[in-house]
Amino acid sequence: MTDLPAGVERRAFEGSERLATRGEPHYGEPTDGEWRAWNPDRSKLGAMLELGMDTGLAGGESVLYLGAASGTTASHVADFAGPTYGVEFAARPVRDLLDAAEPRGNLFPLLKDARKPETYAHVVEPVDAIVQDVATRGQAKVATANAEFLREDGRLLLAIKARSEDVTRDPADVFDDALDELESTYEVLERRRLAPHHDDHLGVVATPR
Amino acid sequence: MTEHDGWFAGLDPGDTESAAERVRDGSADGAADWPALAVDDGFADDEAEYYERLHEATMAAARAGVHERERADDKQLIHAVRAMDDCERTANELAERVAEWAGTRFDDAGTGVEYARELADREAEPADPSEARLLALAERTAALADEADELRSYVEETTPSVAPNLAAMAGPVLAARLISLSGGLDSLAKQPSSTVQVLGAEDALFAHLRGSAPSPKHGVIFTHEYVRGTRPDERGSAARALAGKLTIAARVDHYSGDRKPELDAELDERIATIRGTDGDGSGAGDGESDEDGGSAAAAGGDGQ
Repeated sequence: MTDLPAGVERRAFEGSERLATRGEPHYGEPTDGEWRAWNPDRSKLGAMLELGMDTGLAGGESVLYLGAASGTTASHVADFAGPTYGVEFAARPVRDLLDAAEPRGNLFPLLKDARKPETYAHVVEPVDAIVQDVATRGQAKVATANAEFLREDGRLLLAIKARSEDVTRDPADVFDDALDELESTYEVLERRRLAPHHDDHLGVVATPR
Repeated sequence: MTEHDGWFAGLDPGDTESAAERVRDGSADGAADWPALAVDDGFADDEAEYYERLHEATMAAARAGVHERERADDKQLIHAVRAMDDCERTANELAERVAEWAGTRFDDAGTGVEYARELADREAEPADPSEARLLALAERTAALADEADELRSYVEETTPSVAPNLAAMAGPVLAARLISLSGGLDSLAKQPSSTVQVLGAEDALFAHLRGSAPSPKHGVIFTHEYVRGTRPDERGSAARALAGKLTIAARVDHYSGDRKPELDAELDERIATIRGTDGDGSGAGDGESDEDGGSAAAAGGDGQ
């Protein structure tokens, strides 16, 4: 099993070993002192770490988080990472994202469309990692459009949701198409289904070509 | 001095408002090492200070953006609730026509939208051209009633995100009606509670102002269990108490957007006092408006 990033640990909560980060609780997760449990069933990145994928995250890096939603995962990322830019386009979840960002000086909420990177390029610096979890069509396209933010040796940590692309197609075919599209911009280092934590999701680790 | 598109270019470090506007409206062709550039520009002494200012600016920008977006949502809600009423009313009118027509052809003819649905579902071939027209009309009526139901679900889903407190207290449909009657959540938040109390009873209110009628005690809020379920001689007090809390809920929704469950508790307590606490069992309602039947229309002009 690969190393967890600094700031992420496996700790015992109510008798079972679970991933945890240190920070203000955000969504009613169990806590133990300043540690709070990171639920892999509610977080694609949490599932990738839980399943032992090599994310290349060491802790303290700069992160562009696409699809931050209400900040469930983004809050954990901000707990162990450096500057974390959280992009989310839907207004309602951003309300909750604001609550997560309030006590976290390194989490910057951006009410922006991840398909239009030029609308936040004047704010976001080049980053060590892009975490992407957007539930829209064209997920590979979003990843390639945002590749410009990623440093040469950076990592794209992508969760592809098959049902967002096409509910009627076989997920395996959807994943193949998405990976083909990614290949033009990224070199895929690792891929893995996120079951049992998330059905019909593929976790991908990639680096810029 | 600055030759880049960074959000802080040429900004006064203390001017959070302009900074937030830049974050929202600005753009750049590509990312750059903004923290270093900001220090070079003298916008911040070091990176730590830069990130502090960036945090402030992005928080303010996101907050303003959310408010604006959700305010726009209230306009969509107004169209939806008005369309829902139009569809319901029109479906009812057409159902009457269908019933009257069907009465001339079928012995078992019923009434209302339900009968129109039943007729629309008949598989049998129409006996003649006029029956074909009747069945087609029944189909349209049923489709219109379906659309009214869809619109109602949309309203029920959307209102809690536009006005969480108002929706919880009034029920989503009544909350949407109040927003619709005052023209938007922003204008509802600015109304005195005496106006909210009689929204939807304008005819009665103007009759009163002309001097020809007593003042109306309630408008659409009559559909709320707390008014309807209170005995008639106390309804005025109940309507006043309800309108007061609804007004506060609308203001919280408009200006802060946070959910405050204590508001509901305060109202529950006040209504219990008005009703004489442990007195009658009629007030067992859950504090939401009862929306079935045509009670909204009935409440419209209550001037007594």
